[in-house]
Order: sequence, then structure tokens, then C-alpha cells
Amino acid sequence: MSASTINLTLKVWRQNRTDKKGRFETYPANNISTDMSFLEMLDVVNEELTQKNIEPIAFDHDCREGICGMCGAVVNGRPHGQEAETTLCQLHMRHFSDGDTIVIEPWRARAFKQVKDLVVDRSALDRIIQAGGYISVNAGGAPDANTTPIPKDAADAAFNAAACIGCGACVAACPNASAMLFIGAKVSHLALLPQGRPEAARRVRAMVRKMDELGFGNCSNETECEVECPKGISIREIARLNREFMKAELKSA
Amino acid sequence: MTLDAKIPGGPLTEKWDRHQFELKLVNPANKKKFDIIVVGTGLAGASAAATMAELGYNVKNFCIQDTPRRAHSIAAQGGINAAKNYANDGDSVWRLFYDTIKGGDFRSREANVYRLAQLSTQIIDHCVAQGIPFARDYGGLLDNRSFGGAQVSRTFYAKGQTGQQLLLGAYSALMRQVAKGKVEMFPRREMLDLVIVDGKARGILVRNLITGKLETYAAHAVVLATGGYGNAYFLSTNAMSCNVTAAYRAYKKGAYFANPCFTQIHPTCIPVHGTYQSKLTLMSESLRNDGRVWVSRQPGDKRPPNQIPESERDYYLERKYPSFGNLVPRDVASRNAKEQCDQGKGVGETGLAVYLDFADAIKRDGKDVIEARYGNLFQMYEKITGENPYETPMQIYPAVHYTMGGLWVDYNLMSTIDGLFVLGEANFSDHGANRLGASALMQGLADGYFIIPYTIGGYLAGTELPEVKTDHDAFAKSKTDVTAQAEKLLSINGHRTVDEIHRELGMILWDYCGMSRDMESLEKALKMIRELRARFWKEVNVPGSSEDLNQSLEKAGRVADFLEFGELMVLDALNREESCGCHFNLACQTEDHEALRDDENYCHVNAWEFKGKEQAPALHTEPLMFENVELSQRSYK
Repeated sequence: MSASTINLTLKVWRQNRTDKKGRFETYPANNISTDMSFLEMLDVVNEELTQKNIEPIAFDHDCREGICGMCGAVVNGRPHGQEAETTLCQLHMRHFSDGDTIVIEPWRARAFKQVKDLVVDRSALDRIIQAGGYISVNAGGAPDANTTPIPKDAADAAFNAAACIGCGACVAACPNASAMLFIGAKVSHLALLPQGRPEAARRVRAMVRKMDELGFGNCSNETECEVECPKGISIREIARLNREFMKAELKSA
Repeated sequence: MTLDAKIPGGPLTEKWDRHQFELKLVNPANKKKFDIIVVGTGLAGASAAATMAELGYNVKNFCIQDTPRRAHSIAAQGGINAAKNYANDGDSVWRLFYDTIKGGDFRSREANVYRLAQLSTQIIDHCVAQGIPFARDYGGLLDNRSFGGAQVSRTFYAKGQTGQQLLLGAYSALMRQVAKGKVEMFPRREMLDLVIVDGKARGILVRNLITGKLETYAAHAVVLATGGYGNAYFLSTNAMSCNVTAAYRAYKKGAYFANPCFTQIHPTCIPVHGTYQSKLTLMSESLRNDGRVWVSRQPGDKRPPNQIPESERDYYLERKYPSFGNLVPRDVASRNAKEQCDQGKGVGETGLAVYLDFADAIKRDGKDVIEARYGNLFQMYEKITGENPYETPMQIYPAVHYTMGGLWVDYNLMSTIDGLFVLGEANFSDHGANRLGASALMQGLADGYFIIPYTIGGYLAGTELPEVKTDHDAFAKSKTDVTAQAEKLLSINGHRTVDEIHRELGMILWDYCGMSRDMESLEKALKMIRELRARFWKEVNVPGSSEDLNQSLEKAGRVADFLEFGELMVLDALNREESCGCHFNLACQTEDHEALRDDENYCHVNAWEFKGKEQAPALHTEPLMFENVELSQRSYK
């Protein structure tokens, strides 16, 4: 934890509203401690902008612990920056060098509407979950939790898929702006568990249809999503999604 | 107004059953005639909204983030308690109840806590049915671990991401109801006022954070599940948007605020290391199962940890509390860390940290086992600090984490305003003066899945609720007031940023109303907060406009409320002339420096009533009766 300070130049996407034209603005970020997170660096820049009566850069963030999935921007062309398995809030300035210029842009995808500066609307991901990303069970009346043993391997695999934080980096990274990793993660999580099986076929078909309808692209095996996923979710989940989808389509044919 | 907790009669173990039977029911066909507003989508809010929709009510659900899946419950790491006794180590509903009452230092209600323990088993069943991928053993059954303050293994977990998995479970139940049209979802909305008509909560006013427009919504009842107020301290483990505004504005409309001084300081956080820091990161308390806490015996010892021989280390928790060791409850662990640092034994650059060492556990169980248990936490630690905890002991220090205080509610979770229900961390119930680890998730879900769906029915069935629409004068009045405040904030054009003032407030609260307090420092804090508040309204600069996404304006409104609420916290601490749980008054301690309660004078809940701007609030008390557990000095030796 030994900190030093660096000076940076930021090129930040500024856009007042959805329907207004955006532009890059250049701001200095001086005396940035290398212990800071990327968002703390933006806080410092925003404090200075506020002092100059310039409206601070709008960006989404909340937990700052890498788990809520709310933060996100493309940093030097990479969603959440260059570090592997990292959200923007967990990207630390020790990974940058004195004198660097950093380009910061919002997620860009047809299904994610631009809101302001680095803020985009990712509610399309909620609509995909609404299409079937759940197990239909009401509260009350569930049998004792240990009545259905689940092999540890299956539970662990389900957990790994369920670790998705819904940040949308996979969509932002994909040249097709596909949400297949996101859907694959949810379909896998639920299809791997016995509780999720009864609805598996209906679920996968509905979620894939919804994805198409919302304007997300398809997977063409670029694997960028896997590279950028802050939770290390593997494209194996997309393979499982494809398999589940084929099974479901064949069953219904 | 006397505080009636409406605790049902009869023996403790039968109270909830009896109450469920006695509550009036809403005819299934009539449920669709009722609209319910739920503010918040954390464990309590999302589970409540989903469950009430499952029953047939029309629910409008609001959240401050871009989607309900982001609520701060998602960050909870360690686990959720349930009295399943799967580990066959002597757990029971009664033991969970007893541990929680004792852990809370006898400042919570027996009836509520017993109900919580009872419902805990159902929560696990429901969550497993939802597909929560809890940890399992090789036989395919659920795995358990022990957790801060408990000597039995009753904690269910999903690696270090239990909160995330449970929240996604509640979120998916919620999304299912949205798809069915029974829940209408309103993301990116901040509740700025509670609307009361004929003495009953009948609606809310929110700011649409994208457009800046004020929107009003009417309903038959309002449920607040808006979390805690730890961010009053500026630095805390809470997510950045956690705030007191919704609860505080309900307080200003007549909801009593209970025990606001009860703030839990969590012992295992990554230490502070710079003035710019925006928040603190918690390391799950489950780490204390295998990590050993120590400092050097010698004050001012600056040697790196591996150069300090075993004989010169002080494993102070194991030494002082032999039967609980590193697993003492949070308040005890936190205070002891502070005590070591105050004696100059703190480690790291700032001297405000202690070691949490896994060397022995790795030697005993192997690196693989430790990695399976805590791998993602170790990774997170390394990411933030740049140090590898498999090789060097972690540095930890206490940080503000959870607030046990909140709006006062009765056994039905209803506040002192008819029709205003408060769930989860936003209410004051269940945890007393100190919360045991893995109990927050349990309370959020018990309130949302299994309590409010019953008790709200009792209210709706037994109350006359004439139609109220948003064109009612009360909504217009709210709009005027809230608009005036926004305009005022935007017009000050001072020279200080909102964050600067917030940071200053945080330092006052941390220094004088933090891990330990005394009368003198509290009096000083009172004065300082008043001065700071006056300066805020003269010196703050809020750029931008109110008709736009304006994050500065959002923050300014929240800090304005923290500046008033901080005073209430201090007043409450001043009033409670005893030490209990997380409220440690330096004047009240045992010879061993443990919290010294005064049951004769303070075995009650403090509930504060708003009496007007810049007026002293009125204090009401609800006495606490202990019929089933004997009041005793908490000891972990």
C-alpha cells in the first residue's frame, strides 16, 4: 500500500441528453494517488470541475466493491479498463503511469440507450430476465431445503454462472452488442439445478426471443465478452445456452 | 402518543401463530383492489414487493438505482443464519433467538426476535426452491459455517457472495411479477416525501433522476425498505447511494425514529489509506473463522509481520476471550482493535490497522482449502491493496457498517404513521444495540417474504381507506415544498462542494459519536454539526439544473438530511447514559472495559418525535420486557 501520485489527461465523453450530440472534452487529472480507484479519480476531477462551476461528469456507480454491477465505462477501448476480471470501481490507479492519456466512453450498444455522459440505460437486461430468468415459486410452502440433494459440482457450476453482476460489459465488448453471455449465465445457472428443470425449455426460448426483440446482436464467437467479464464468466455458458436452446426448439418442433 | 408495540399475548413460542390467526384477512378477490407502494428493492423491498404481488395486490416498486438488482444487499458477503441444526451441533430456534437477544445486549424485543428465529428456517427452504446456489457438501446437502458471535454452524452461504445470490433470488421473483403485470417497476426514482391524507400514509413523491421531474403516486399503504444511514459518516461500507432521506422525511411527517445512535462498526474492513477515499470495503467476517487477529506486543513496532517472532505477537482476542477467541461479536472485536491502536500497537502505514493472519490456517488445512473458502475475498483484498494475503497477513480496521436504529415499528412492522410500514435495515427492530453477523439478510427476507404479506393484510382489511388520488392537495403541498428546497440548493452558489461538507460531517460523527463516545465529546459534536449545517446552507455549490440528471443535486439533498439527522444521532447518544452493544459510553464501562448496561434506567427503546425545524425533538420510550431470557452481563470470556 505504498502510494505515489501521477498526472493524467482525461478525454471524457460528454453528452447532455439522449437526443443531444456528444463530444469528447479534455480535463487534467493531477496529483492522483496510485491507491485510488478509477472512480475515486473521477470524484477528484469532479470536485475540481464543481469548484470551477462546470457540471461534473455524470457516471453510474454504487457499491464500489465490484459487486453491484452499476459502474461501467469503456476505458481506452476496454470495458472496465485493461485489468482482467475487474469492475471500474475496483480498477486502481496503480495500473496507470504518470503522463498517460485516458479515453473514457460510455457503453455503446443499440439496446442500451444513452442517458448522459457515461450513464446508459441497461433496463433491457431486466426485460430479458422478466421473460423467464427465474424459477416460478411463490413464497411459503417450499419443502425442507435438504430434501433435494444437489451434487456439489453442479451447485458450484451453477454458482459460477450465477455470479453475473449484470453490468453489461459483455454487451459493450461484443462487436455485435450481443447479450448472449448474460443470458447464457442465467440459463446455465437455472438449468444446472433440479429446481430449474421443469421450466428450462420455456425459459431459454423466451429469453432468446426477448433478446432478439430488444435489438441485441448474436454471438459470432468473438470471445470478447469472456475477456471483459469482471466476474470471469466463461463462454462455455453460451455453449450451454445454445445446447439448451436447440433442445427446446427440437422438443417443440 | 403512547408507543404500543402490539405484541400478541400468550407464550413466546406461540405469539406469531396466534397473531397470524387473529389478523384479519383480505378476501382473495379483493386483494386486486389494493395498491401498495414499496420503496426500495433490497432484500426486504424486493421480497416484499414480489410476495405481496404473488398474493394479488397491485404493487408499485421504486428504486434509486438503474435496476432493482443493484440494491446494496447485494454486497453482503458472509451468509444468512437459520436455525436448521443441519450441522447437528445443538442449534435450535430457541438458541438463535437467545444468541440474538444477548448479542443485541438486551435492547431488542423478545417477541420480534423469536419470530425472526422461527422464520429463518422457512427462508432457507424458499431460497433453495428459488435456485439460490448455496454451498453444498459432497453428499449434495447444504453446507454451513459458523459466523461472528455464534458457537454453532448455522450460517448458509454462497462463497463470499451470499447477499448477491439472495438478492438476485428476490429480484427474479420480482421480475416474474413485473412480467405478470402485478408489480410496476420505477427505477431511478428517489423518494423525497411521504404524503399523508387524514393521518394515513397514502402516497409518495419521488424525483425522476433522469428527467428531474417530480412524480407523485398514491396507494392504500406505503412500505419503506430503504436501508440504513451509515453514510452519515461519509466513509462507510455502505454503497454510495445509501442515505437517510426517505426515512428522515417520513420522520418529519410523524414517524418516530428509534435508537438512531446505534451504529454498528464492523471489525474487518480494509483500512483507510488516503484523504480522497470515497468508501470502505468490508472483508467478510467469516474470515475470522480461520484468520487469527494479532498485533506486536511492543508499541511502535514497525517491523514487517514476518519478522515479528511468535513470542512477540499478541493474539489479543484469543488471550482476552478464550472461549470465543477471534469469533467475539462485532462490537467487542471492533473496540479491541481500536484499543490496540490507541496503545500504539496498530500496524501498517497509518497505525490504524491490525493483522488478520491466515498462516496457521494455511499450514493446517492447506492453501486449497482456504482458497475454496475465501478465494474471492482474498482476490478482492489483493486487488484493492496490492498485497497477497496468502503470503502477508491482511490488515484490517473497523468501519461503519450497519445501523440498528431506524424508524420505530410495532410487531406488524407499522410505524407511528398508520399505513406506513418499514422493513429491513430501515426499521429499528430485531437487532437491539448490536447486530450479529449473517442476521441482516435474515431480517430483510423475514420481513419481506414472511411478515409484511400477513400484517399488511390485517391493516388493509381492518381500516377504512377512502379513495385518494394524486390530485389531492396533500400531493401538491409536497411538490411545493420539495421544489423550494431544490431551488434553494441550486441558488446558493457557494464555494464548497457537497462532498467536502459531507466529509466534514463524517469526521465529526466518527470522532465524537463513533466507536466510543462520552458526554463531553457528544456536546461538542452537537455544536459542530449545527455550525456545519448553517455553513452548508450558505457555502455549498450545486451546479446544473433541477430539470436534468443532476448527481450533485441528488447528493446535496441527501447531505442536507444527514446534517439534520446527525444531530439526532448525537442527541440519542447523549440521552443514553449507559453502554450497550455498539453504543459505548466511556463513562459506563466495567473494570474489564466492557460495555456496562444500566437496565434499571435504559432497558427501553428511544423513539424520537419530530417537533419542527430547529426545534428539539420529543423523546418517547418503549419499555422492553424480558420474560424468557434473564438479563445478564454479556460475557465472551
